[in-house]
Amino acid sequence: MAIYGTALLSFCLICGLVVGKLIGLAIGVDANVGGVGFAMLLLIVLSDRLRAAGVLAEPTQRGVLYWSAIYIPIVVAMAATQNVYAAISSGAVAIVAGAGAVVIGLAMLPLVALLGRSDSDESWPAGPTPPGDPR
Amino acid sequence: MNAIWPSIEAVLTKYSLVTAFTLVGAVVWVAYAIAGRLAGGRLHGSAIAILMGLAAAYVAGSFTGGAKGVADIGWLAGVGLMGGAMLRDLAIVATAYGVRLEEFIKTGLSGVVSLLLGVFSAFLFGATVAYAFGFRDPVALVTIGGGAATYIVGPVTGTALGASSDIIALSVGAGLVKSVLVMTLTPLAARWIGLDNPRAAMIYGGLLGTTSGVAGGLAATDERLVPYGAMTATFYTGLGCLLGPSVAYIAVRAVVGS
Repeated sequence: MAIYGTALLSFCLICGLVVGKLIGLAIGVDANVGGVGFAMLLLIVLSDRLRAAGVLAEPTQRGVLYWSAIYIPIVVAMAATQNVYAAISSGAVAIVAGAGAVVIGLAMLPLVALLGRSDSDESWPAGPTPPGDPR
Repeated sequence: MNAIWPSIEAVLTKYSLVTAFTLVGAVVWVAYAIAGRLAGGRLHGSAIAILMGLAAAYVAGSFTGGAKGVADIGWLAGVGLMGGAMLRDLAIVATAYGVRLEEFIKTGLSGVVSLLLGVFSAFLFGATVAYAFGFRDPVALVTIGGGAATYIVGPVTGTALGASSDIIALSVGAGLVKSVLVMTLTPLAARWIGLDNPRAAMIYGGLLGTTSGVAGGLAATDERLVPYGAMTATFYTGLGCLLGPSVAYIAVRAVVGS
């Protein structure tokens, strides 16, 4: 049933967020440290095990994949609820600091990518798209 | 006639999440139609949809004076629920489904390096800009530097160090500018900086850090890269909040004096 997949996904998110919160507590930071990241790792490991055990039925998978497919619309909704007005009208210091940080971050990517380069990370061909991709 | 809109509005407000699904679906449909016909494939449909969302948020913010974009309009509040942290994080985690574990582990070191570089370069650059604009107080410098990291790192750092509210507002502004620009510039810059494989996406997430920006930017570039970038970006804010009021503040104070 689809709810099994959605429940598995939700369980992973809750576990990850709790771990992230506890790490934040341990290092004295009032933020969720890597909660979503831990949730992703947990989902990868759990779904791998369940698939190997043969208990991941097709409807169960659809309960996860629906949320993956609805990701872009959710990001659009997120964009529509950002404080864009404040960002644009918050003064030159904020705009220069924010914009420069983006340019620096993007510019450093090719440099960091040179470190520890492996032959397995050649660019992806414009190949098959994931399920639910509206393209 | 005057009674018609209030009746409709009552329905839209009561079923606000359903209203949001309808509207966002319509926006995405229009965006993909534009991408297919007018933009000739140069700009991805999701990038256009995200830009339309940002534009709507700007217009709504200028009318309502609120901080939540279109969600400050009563009958559009459901868009805030749909795009809020809860469903966003659920969807981000779902994108990891089917990703192989080895790919994450193999690129782990690049991720760690990029996280440290990303956080420190943001603090350094933000503080330098603030210094150039005449700020001399190390608390103000490091708070605005935190804003150049993310709009959460700035206020957390400022609050921990006792910065004034106008400085904290500036740091939030810097973080918001960053988030909006990451969403819009990433698809344009992707080809130049080699953002087309899982390892580059993990480095990208660690360097830029803003979860909303990275999520939107990668979605507009290549949806398959989302789990990799989101994976590292999720550690960035926590690391920034940890390093800001401690290492970054001590370093800034050592340079400019207290």
